[in-house]
Amino acid sequence: MSIRERLSGNEAISLAIKQINPDVMPAFPITPSTEIPQYVANYIANGKMDTEFIPVESEHSSMSATVGASAAGARALTATSSCGLALMWEELYVAASNRLPLALALVNRALSGPININCDHSDSMGARDTGWIQIYAENNQEVYDNMVQAFRISEHKDVMLPIMICQDGFITSHAVENIELLEDDIVKNFVGEYEPENYLLNPNQPMAVGPYAVSNYYMETKMGQRTAMHNAKQVILDVAKEYEAISGRKYGFFEEYKLEDAEYAVLIIGSAAGTCKDAVDKLRAEGKKVGLLKLRVFRPFPAEEIAAALAHCKSVAIMDRTDSFSGNGGPLGAEVSQAFYNARTSVPAVNYIYGLGGRDIRVEDFEDIYSRLETIAATGQITDQFDYIGLRK
Amino acid sequence: MSQTVEIRWHGRGGQGAKTAALLLADVAFKTGMHVQGFPEYGPERMGAPITAYNRISDAPIRVHSNIYTPQYVAVVDETLLESVDVTGGLKEDGAIIINTTRPKSEILPLLKGYSGKVYTVDAKKISLATLGKYYPNSPMLAAVVAITKVMDKEAFLREMELSFQHKFAKKPEVIKGNMDALRMTFKEVQ
Amino acid sequence: MAATDISKITEKSKWQDITPGNQIYGAGTSKDFKTGEWRTQTPVWIPEKCKQCLLCVPVCPDSSIPVKNCERLEFDYDHCKGCGICAKVCPFDSITMKEGQ
Repeated sequence: MSIRERLSGNEAISLAIKQINPDVMPAFPITPSTEIPQYVANYIANGKMDTEFIPVESEHSSMSATVGASAAGARALTATSSCGLALMWEELYVAASNRLPLALALVNRALSGPININCDHSDSMGARDTGWIQIYAENNQEVYDNMVQAFRISEHKDVMLPIMICQDGFITSHAVENIELLEDDIVKNFVGEYEPENYLLNPNQPMAVGPYAVSNYYMETKMGQRTAMHNAKQVILDVAKEYEAISGRKYGFFEEYKLEDAEYAVLIIGSAAGTCKDAVDKLRAEGKKVGLLKLRVFRPFPAEEIAAALAHCKSVAIMDRTDSFSGNGGPLGAEVSQAFYNARTSVPAVNYIYGLGGRDIRVEDFEDIYSRLETIAATGQITDQFDYIGLRK
Repeated sequence: MSQTVEIRWHGRGGQGAKTAALLLADVAFKTGMHVQGFPEYGPERMGAPITAYNRISDAPIRVHSNIYTPQYVAVVDETLLESVDVTGGLKEDGAIIINTTRPKSEILPLLKGYSGKVYTVDAKKISLATLGKYYPNSPMLAAVVAITKVMDKEAFLREMELSFQHKFAKKPEVIKGNMDALRMTFKEVQ
Repeated sequence: MAATDISKITEKSKWQDITPGNQIYGAGTSKDFKTGEWRTQTPVWIPEKCKQCLLCVPVCPDSSIPVKNCERLEFDYDHCKGCGICAKVCPFDSITMKEGQ
């Protein structure tokens, strides 16, 4: 029996954390993720969970403590945003290379500068090469569902990698929406106990974590990480299937919305996908064959699957909520284009950047994007390979 | 076809416009609706103009943008009428609900020729009469429910009473005052 | 998980044979590294001059001066890197350094 509720994204993920009841949560506050440790601390103070909460003095410390707790054998997680993630930089790599299955509740916020507290994906996209699994959400329901699935993915013996559960700052984190929750015992049974094979606090088996790896070992270690990330693909699908059985909600690498027969498609991550769906419905009612691919799993990157899902389209807009300043578009634009190339898919694709620093994107903006895609397909000409949406010019 | 009502709230930081939007989402949720309640966030500055939004629908809500053409606007602080374009994008067949101690005739010239319906409510008077203190939230919430008709008034009162009983479990003496504020607003808003 | 046999993890190992995260299972595996091979100078202990003051023991960076029943024993040449600190600190000239192994 699911529980009908209305919660903000931060409330939803905190509730999932309460139901998971991890062993350790070190955290340092930063807008817009501050509420997560705040809610969790409340749950602990009220006896609703018995997680060891560690207030630390910085995000460098919160991730260090999470790494330490995880190495010790605890199920550990933390939460952060923006500059907080940037301050964790070093430990993000440490967590991944040490193969520690810890979790991070990330509330996406623009990185400074200029200083800004609103949503974009510059923080998590900057961490895209750290070796973490990254899963994104469109709404509060998905934030909750992704968190409940997180440890099952990261702790799988074929994976053993840290996992980042991302949601859009303020847009979902601070917006109250309807949500369906699972009962505590169902989540508890689904997530299960964490029983690490090797951990520092095992008195029967001493071990060393994080030894120095000279050049002769470093690449072999990286190949281990790469293989684990590859393995994560199947595990993510398997866990999603099991999750569907308890929740009735389907998850995969991405959601295809009216994409099957679509001629013009938008590929996007996060909360703006919902706005795009309204545009799709509106244009479909006018007889236009438009569709959407909403990417849920960015790491591991489902390159072949994306290329296959979009191969039949006449034109595609790849939407990035951050700029790479590479002169070659945003991160998603670059990776999807590469996926197209490797799959010998020659769909004309443009890469539009939107929503930086919380810039709103509306249904009308998506209608305009679809009309640009139509023009590209009709003329065979791309005049705006890389563009900013909603820019004053 | 689903019906979505869009409401924009204008207030000042610390006055409770965001809380009012969240309360409206809460009570609409409890009467079975799909809801969104969200503030437009900037740095937290007491007294600075802030905007909050509600979408209330009989179907799931997917759109995550701000609201540019609301059916309804609620103004919690009348001093905003001179500094903020409160009727911007407001649908002409919609309505604006303003908390003011002044008569409507003095308010109308400040609305830049808005031709839709204009309602005023003196939340201060109601709040002082029923609670002895100035809390504009309860009267504004009741005024918005009365005008937008997003839910049945009786259902609203029922849910609010349950909510107050929960919220004020340790000081039940204020429940009656809050309920009186809601009922008085239903009579006063015009 | 059995203790890692680090003698089997070498610079020739394939990536599949490296433990995940380079974790090393089992305690005290550093003993298996014979760092004494790095030595270019070797300390020589002269027991007749030694007063067993034990000043040399705590300064040894490689814990290569074993102590038993409050007395130091012969150097652990498997691990002594020949840094010479013990010889410097000895007040009784009972440790001298010789060239080579």
